[in-house]
Parts: sequence; structure tokens; C-alpha cells
Amino acid sequence: MSHELTWLLVAVPAVSAAILLLGGKATNAWGHLLGTLAPLISFAFGVVLFIQMQAKPSDNRAETVRLFEWFSVGQIKVEFSLLIDPLSILFVLLITGVGSLIHIYSIGYMEHDERRRRFFGYLNLFIASMLLLVLAADYLLVFVGWEGVGLASYLLIGFWQYKTSAAVAAKKAFVVNRVGDIGLSLAVMSMWALFGSSAFATVNAGAEHLSKTWATLLGLMLLLAACGKSAQVPLQSWLLDAMEGPTPVSALIHAATMVTAGVYLVVRSHAIFEQSDAASTAVVIVGTVTALAGAIIGCAKDDIKKALAGSTMSQIGYMMLAAGLGPVGYVFAIFHLLTHGFFKANMFLGAGSVMHGMNDDVNMRRYGALRKYLRITYVTFAFGYLAILGIPPFSGFFSKDKIIEVAFADNTVVGLCALLGAGITAFYMTRLMMMTFFGEKRWEEDVHPHESPKVMTGALVVLAILSLVGGALYFVGHWIVKWLTPVTGFEEAELPISDVAMSLIILAVVLVGAGVGVMLFRRDIPRTAPVRVSPVTTFARRDLYGDALNEALFMRPGQYLTRTLVWLDNRGVDGLVNGLAALFGGLSGRLRRVQTGFVRSYALSMVFGAAFVVVALLAVRLS
Amino acid sequence: MSAMLLPLADFTAPKIEYNELMPLLVVFGAACVGVLVEAFLPRPMRHLVQLAITVVAVVVSGVLTGILMNDKKELIAAQGAISVDGPALFTWLILLALTLISVLLFAERSIDGGLSAFAGQAAAVPGSEAEREGTAARIEHTEIFPLTLFAVGGMMLFASSNDLLVLFVALEVFSLPLYLLCGLARRRRLISQEAAMKYFLLGAFSSAFLLFGIALLYGYAGTMSLGGISDALSTQTGGDTILLAGTGLVGVGLLFKVGAVPFHSWTPDVYQGAPTPVTGFMAACTKIAAFVGLMRVFYVALGGTRWDWAPMMWIVAILTMVVGSIVAITQTDVKRMLAYSSIAHAGFLLTAFVGLAQAGSGVHNGITSTQAVLFYLVSYGFPTIGAFAVVTLVRDAGGEATHLSRWAGLGKKSPLLAGIFAFFLLSFAGIPLTAGFTGKWAVFSAAWTGGAWPLVVVAVLSSLVAAFFYVRVIVLMFFSDLPADAPDVALPGWQTTSAVALGLAATVVLGLVPGPVLDLAARAGEFIR
Repeated sequence: MSHELTWLLVAVPAVSAAILLLGGKATNAWGHLLGTLAPLISFAFGVVLFIQMQAKPSDNRAETVRLFEWFSVGQIKVEFSLLIDPLSILFVLLITGVGSLIHIYSIGYMEHDERRRRFFGYLNLFIASMLLLVLAADYLLVFVGWEGVGLASYLLIGFWQYKTSAAVAAKKAFVVNRVGDIGLSLAVMSMWALFGSSAFATVNAGAEHLSKTWATLLGLMLLLAACGKSAQVPLQSWLLDAMEGPTPVSALIHAATMVTAGVYLVVRSHAIFEQSDAASTAVVIVGTVTALAGAIIGCAKDDIKKALAGSTMSQIGYMMLAAGLGPVGYVFAIFHLLTHGFFKANMFLGAGSVMHGMNDDVNMRRYGALRKYLRITYVTFAFGYLAILGIPPFSGFFSKDKIIEVAFADNTVVGLCALLGAGITAFYMTRLMMMTFFGEKRWEEDVHPHESPKVMTGALVVLAILSLVGGALYFVGHWIVKWLTPVTGFEEAELPISDVAMSLIILAVVLVGAGVGVMLFRRDIPRTAPVRVSPVTTFARRDLYGDALNEALFMRPGQYLTRTLVWLDNRGVDGLVNGLAALFGGLSGRLRRVQTGFVRSYALSMVFGAAFVVVALLAVRLS
Repeated sequence: MSAMLLPLADFTAPKIEYNELMPLLVVFGAACVGVLVEAFLPRPMRHLVQLAITVVAVVVSGVLTGILMNDKKELIAAQGAISVDGPALFTWLILLALTLISVLLFAERSIDGGLSAFAGQAAAVPGSEAEREGTAARIEHTEIFPLTLFAVGGMMLFASSNDLLVLFVALEVFSLPLYLLCGLARRRRLISQEAAMKYFLLGAFSSAFLLFGIALLYGYAGTMSLGGISDALSTQTGGDTILLAGTGLVGVGLLFKVGAVPFHSWTPDVYQGAPTPVTGFMAACTKIAAFVGLMRVFYVALGGTRWDWAPMMWIVAILTMVVGSIVAITQTDVKRMLAYSSIAHAGFLLTAFVGLAQAGSGVHNGITSTQAVLFYLVSYGFPTIGAFAVVTLVRDAGGEATHLSRWAGLGKKSPLLAGIFAFFLLSFAGIPLTAGFTGKWAVFSAAWTGGAWPLVVVAVLSSLVAAFFYVRVIVLMFFSDLPADAPDVALPGWQTTSAVALGLAATVVLGLVPGPVLDLAARAGEFIR
């Protein structure tokens, strides 16, 4: 197989999704098997491509595969072409690899759901869109994948649509993501205006000649897009609610892959960000703030999935931070993205396994002592826990340490924030561990915890192993740095102190955080959340008032504007019709009250309109 | 008497380019034949014969237009009255294609107990004995077919008129049949008649503005021809007030037909009241003809004063997008919602129109405004007719169930129909891989390259708002429970089935491979004088 067939990566899950979604009940019996096979085929193909790519010289690994010309207008030409290079192949492997594991896990997790086939159809749709997103060689095509993953995410968050909370969460995710999408669409249009094309190659080549202002504007537009998809402050609010979806969805889309698309976009657009210090600094600030905000939210959640969601926000914040630092950080942003994909998917699936045994209860205050009952889940979850804390030799140690180091190399304040974040991370993850697996039983009466079926624990074991050994990507001869340098560039950061000392400091802070967690949550935990708590806790519980802020800043004014305009159209234009509306009889004798306006008021509005038009014309000339 | 005594030599017969005008002549000729059919054929045969005449005329005219396009013959025909140029031919082709689909909907007789969507006897008092007798005897108005032909002929002429007087005549030729068609609904006849009355009164009112504007422009330039006015602009000094007032009033008349705010108030009422197939026809075809007419007048005749009228059009474009998108949110009737959506689309089209990205005026890459508007019109026309065709199928005892609450859970009752409607809505919203997406990119990038970036920002924000209410309907259809008294989904005949299928196919194809149609629009080039 050659890279010419790259399109198969996307086509296989897309076709499978089409079969599953259009095939109807006939596919119920084997739908989940086909749905699982599709990402596995893509994964196998991805591995072949990866091996072929590795055999080539390092400066000649990128291949653009032109499929067909999508459209061309004047000199703007958009090609449907895919870019397969060291960066995109890593994403392909992550998406299809972790994706396949999660598909396998879902066979067990969704076993009793009568709409399982549809679920697999949506998952396949997601895999296809996500692959298109990372393989596209043109920003417009990225946008197509971008919308595709948004749609799949919307459908999957609302999968249990009979739950009002799920439907509301899906809608919220959709709306917030649209705000981010504005950024991407404006960016693409600006690229057309500036470079005459939105292909990566043209944009990267043209970026050097950009004016400072345009580079900053483009960077900020792309950052807005990234914030929406990756749940970064100020567009973070949807991710916590998105946990209403089935747990495998949270693991695949809202932890391992889709939410990292923003980081991918920033790294992929490095040529633009390198032209503007302002835009890069904005990325660093957004990343740092989110890293801390997510961690603080994670401390106050009793819902195990929401605690993990806060943690996801925070970890993506780290990646953003690294991506904002420029060539010193790109590689480590992607490195952390990969290891995070392993250990966070592992923990989410672990949480799913716990819920599976606890009658789908998500409240950690009603867990406790589960280590004795869910042995495999406990051990695999512990691997993820050690990895996210950054305990050597687990993968997170290598990736997170590098990010904190480059942060210190760039700016002490950012470095200290990143270090503090690591400490808080250790604290809230320890809290989660203690409340779930240790302490006393605090279960509901009819709960009988049991280990999940093999098809689920198998995926957990594989991901746990990956959480352990993922660091090898770096410590085996700095492989990932060499691999990505041709795409993103790389500079060695100059550390203020030796890296061994730095690692020890970080480790010490992490251990302090974990120690505090153990001390606080060793004793009894009340089964209901205390009401009288400190303002800081309330602040964190309410997601740092993110929702309240959104409501006050966007929703209310929007509602008022709509109401006012409707009122104007109804009263001002149509006249006082509501009460006077004539009654019309339907032909079948039914009377229907029909709201209508008087022609005379319509005509009056036209007269005013005509007066406005003429006055506007004259005013322009006379002014 | 003196006229008759003039020597014959003084009279030169006007030169008419019959070949180039043949598409128009075929349509008008067939319409006249249709009128004769009404007079001489017995009633039972009329439906089939009229349908056959209409379809044949539309197809033949389309083929002739295609041949003309292929020959790339561009000329000003009929002594300077009609301009047969690239945009005109392109417009003819889309008008004819959309008319064909609409005529299929007009001819549908199987969804309402073997009767068409049109009143049996327009003159019978609604609810009267005479009406019941007529229905029992299955009397139908087959005049709708010649009326449609006259309307579409008028639209074709409107889009290609090179003279303000011809423009005005064409406007009336296509408007009068539409006023009649609006009032012919079989169900809910009172609201249909009211819609026709309103449309007529307001249409007449706007015609008066247009005519007054034409008079003022004639007063300024001393000529009615678009090229002549353009020449006068470059040579003449003084009289600017008359020119600007004339420009404004002509603009009012044209913006009324386009459905731009603040001249939109007729749209929701008329779209709601008119028989749904007619609404689809109007929403798609009238908008197309009116837009091309608007562009022709403002680009060809008034292009020289563009910096005078552009600010006014900017404001109208912004108002149209914002009001259309926002007011649509709270609509509770499908047809009214689609009406406001069509207003919003007019706004998006206006952005490209005032973007003034014209070949030769500094636009070195990308798409010109004319091309963008032409493409958008295609990508808007097909889903529009398709969507209204779907509306005709959701019915209860009182006819079409157009209240949005009645559409709840439709996805559970008929996933296919709801899915198709959802697809049309996604296309309106401009989701990638549908026709609407490509269309939006085309108009936005035309406006952008033309320097109208604030308009593009407003347009993107409005389409965000618009996406919300389209998605709301989708959510309603698929994620709400099916009520016990849900309306039925009528089993469509071959006519509606093929209309929906054609609309759907066009929407899909334009989204996936827009290249050929974009090429065609690009090859249409610019207006000639």
C-alpha cells in the first residue's frame, strides 16, 4: 500500500457509518462488529503508512495526496487533498488506536442499549471526521472535519435524548462550538483575501510576509476557534456538561481526541503564530488560565466524570501553554497530547467501569472501598493516576515535566502557574482516588459492585500499559523531538537550573499535593455534599461562574434583542393587530385564529423605507 | 388618418433577433396556446394537455437557452430592448429548471383526495354550496399552467431587459399572474385570498415607486436604455437630485420584489397564505429574477454612481440579514419561518451585491459579485422548492399542518421525509457539504474581496443566529416525542416525489461538486451594455 491510498483512512469509517446509520434494523445484529472493525482497519493502515514513512529520510516524509479539485473560482482554488506527514500520522495513530480500543470497550458498555448500532454509527462518523480534520491539507477542508466532529459530538452528547439534561448539554455544546467556528471561518476568509488560498503550503509560505497586524488578527481568530473546540477559557463551559453523554464518548471525544483539535490547529498554524508575539502570548495566557481553572474546578466536583472533565480542561491548558511558547514547546505540546490521550482515556473508561458496577451512579460520595471489588479497574486506574501526577517512570512524568520546564525557561510567572497547577492536579486526583477506591463503603443499598466484562477490562489493560510506557516516545533517544522537528521546528529551551533539579522540584510539589489529598480524604466523607462551604469551594463548584458569566454577557442581551425586534415587527410594523386579528374560517369549518397585519401599515412602512432610501442617497452626496 | 398616409418607405421594421429570443418566444407562445386550450378543449382533457404543453415549452426553451449558452452569442436584441448576455442566459436556465420542478408540484393531485392544491372555482364564495358542488364534480382551474408560463416568461424578460420600460412591463407581466396564483388555494381560501389582495395592493404600490423612479431617471438622462443612462452619468453635469431620487425610487421597487427590509412586510403573509407550491415557486423564481434585474439596473445603468448608492445598500443589507435571521427565531409556522429565512437569504445575497467585486475594478483573484450571486441563487433555489414540497406532504384534516408544534416528532413518524427536510434546512444554514455552504462561501468571499468586510462579519454572525433556528426545527423533528394526534404524512404522487428528489439531488451535488456550476456562473461573465 502506498500513501496514494491515504483517503482510505477516512473512507473506511465513513462508509461504515453510512451503512450503520442508513441500514436500519437489518444491521442491528452485526452493526457493532462492523463499527469496531472500521477503525481497526484504519489503524492497521495507519501503522503501515507510519512504518513506510519512518523508512524515508527525515526531511522528505511529508506527502500531499491530491484527490480532486473541490472547486475553483477565479484564482482561488480549493483542492480536496490530504497531507500525510509526521504530525498527522501521530494523530492518525492516536485517533484510530485509542478509538479502536474504545469501540471494543463500547461493545460491552452499550450491550443493553437498544440503540447500540446507532451509537457505533455515530462513533464511526466521528472517527471519519476527526481523521479528515487532521489529514486535510487545506484550512477549508479542516473546517469540514471541524464541523463533522462537532456534529458527531453533538449527536453523542445527546445520545440519551430522553434525559433533558443530555439534550440541553448537547445544545450548549453546539452553540458554544459555533462561537468558536466563527473564528475559523473568518480565518479562512482572511487567508483567501491575504494569500489567495487556504492551503497549508501557501499559507505557511506566505506567513513570513504578513504584516504584524494581520498575523496577530489571524492568530487570534485561530485561537478563538481552538478555544471553542478545546474548551479553553472563555469557551470552556460546554465540556463539563458534555459528560452527559455515554462514558466511552467522554473518553474518546471529550478527552483523548476531539478536544485536542485546538492544540493541533495552533501547532499546525505555527508559521502564523511565529509572526506575532501578541497572538502567541494570548495562547500562553489562555492555556495557563485554563490549566489553573480546570484544576480548581476538578477539586470541587463530586461527580467522577465532571472531576475528570475539569482535569481534561486543565491538561489541554498545559498543551496550549506549550504550543504558545513557540518552537521550544510545539513538540512537547504534541507529546503531552499523546500521553494524555492514553492516560485520560484509560481513566475515563475506568470511571465507566466503576459506574457499570455501581448502577450508573456517578457521585463519588456514594463510592468508597471499591479497590477490593473492582480489582482490574482499580489497578488500571491507578496507572492512569500515577501517569497524570507525573510519577516516574509513568508517561505523564516525561511529558508534563518538559512543559513545566519550557514554561520556566520562557517566563517565571507562567512557570510558577504551571507548577502550581501540577500540585493542584495531584491534590484533586488523589481526592478522586481516595473517594472512589479507598475509605469506607458509602454505597446505596441495592448496589452490588462487580467487575466489568472482559471486553471492557481488556481495553483498560491495554491503555494502562500505554499510560506506563508512553514516555518511551521521548526517553528513547528523544525520538518524538526528532520525528516532529521537520514539521514544527525545534529549539532547545535554556533552563534557569539543571533539569534534574527541576524534575525534583516538580516531583516534590506533586507529592505535597498528593499528600494533602491523602490527609484530607482519609477520614470519613459525608454521603451528601456539605452545604455550608467556603466561598472558594462554591466558586469552584459553580464552574468558576462560567455559566453565570455567559448568561449575563451573551444570553440575556441576545434574548432582549430578539424580543425587542419581534415586538417591533409585531407592534410597530403590523400595527395593533394582535387583539383585532380577524377570524378566518378554514374550508373544513374549522376556525383558526390567524395573526395578520393590515396592508395600510405595511404600505406605511414602505413609505418610510422609501423616504429613508432617498434621504440616505442624498445625504451621501451632500455630505 | 395622417398616420395612414405616411409613405411606406419611412417605416423601417424593427430588427428582431428571433433566434436569440426564441427561448422567450417559446414560453410566451406556449402560454397563449394554453389560453386557447382553456377555451376550446373539454374540461376532462385540459389537465393533461396543459401539463404537457407547459413541460414541453419549459424543456424546449431550456434546451434552446443551453444552445445559446454553448454558442456564447451575446448581444443586445430587439432594438436595444433586451440584452441576451451571459448572466441573462444563465438566469433563464435556472428559472426554467426551477419552473419545471414547480410545475410538477402544481400538477400533484394525489395528496389531497385526487384534487390539486388549487381552488376549483376561484369565484365561488368560500364555504358555499357552489363550492361544494364544484369540489364534488372535481372541477379544477387548469389556468394555473398558462399563468405560470406567463409568470416565468415575464421573469426571464425581467432578468434580461436592457431598458427601464421593458423592465417595468416585464415586472407587471410576471407579477399579475403571481397575484392570481396566490389567491387560488383550495384549503384556507380566505387567508389565501387575503394574501393575494395584500400582495396585489403592495405590489401595485411598489410599482408606482418604480415607475416614478423610472420617470425621474428619464428626466435626468433623456433615455430609458440602461446603457444610455450610464453614458449620461459620465457626460452630464447637474441634475444630481433628480438622479439620486430616481435611483432611490427604482431601488425601492426592485428591493420590494427581492424582499429586502424594510420592504419585506408582505413576504411572511403572502408566503403563508399562498398555496404552498406557489410559495415555493415565488420564493425561488421571483427572488432570482428580481436579483438579476436589480444587479443589471444598478451595475449597468447606475454603476457610475456606485459610491452614492452603496452606503444605502449596505444599511439595507445589514437590516435584511439581521431582521430576517432574528425574527425567524420566534416564528411558529413553517411557511412563515421559511419566509423570514428567505428574507435573510436576500440579505446574504445583498452582501455580495454591494461587495462590488467586479472584474477589472481591482479584483484580481476570486469571484466577482455577479458570479457569486448567480451561484448563490442556484444553491438557494433548489432547496427552497424542495423544502416547500416537503411542507405540502405533512397534512391533517384541515390540509397542510404548518404550525411548527405539529412537526414535533416527525422524525419518528417518517424518518425519510424529516431527514430530507433536515437536509434542506442544513443547506439553508450553510453547513459544509451542502449547496448552501458553497453558496455562502461564494457570496462572502465576493463581498470580502470587494472590501465589504464589515458586511461579511455581520453576515457570519447572522448565519450563526440563523443556524440556530434551523437546528431548532431539526431538534423538534427528531428529539421530541410524537404526539398522539400527529399529522399524517401524505403519500406523494410521482410529481411531488420527483420534485423533492430533484431538489435533493441538486442540493447534494452542488455541495459535493460545485465546480461545474461555478464554472458555468464564471463563464456567464458580466452584464453587457
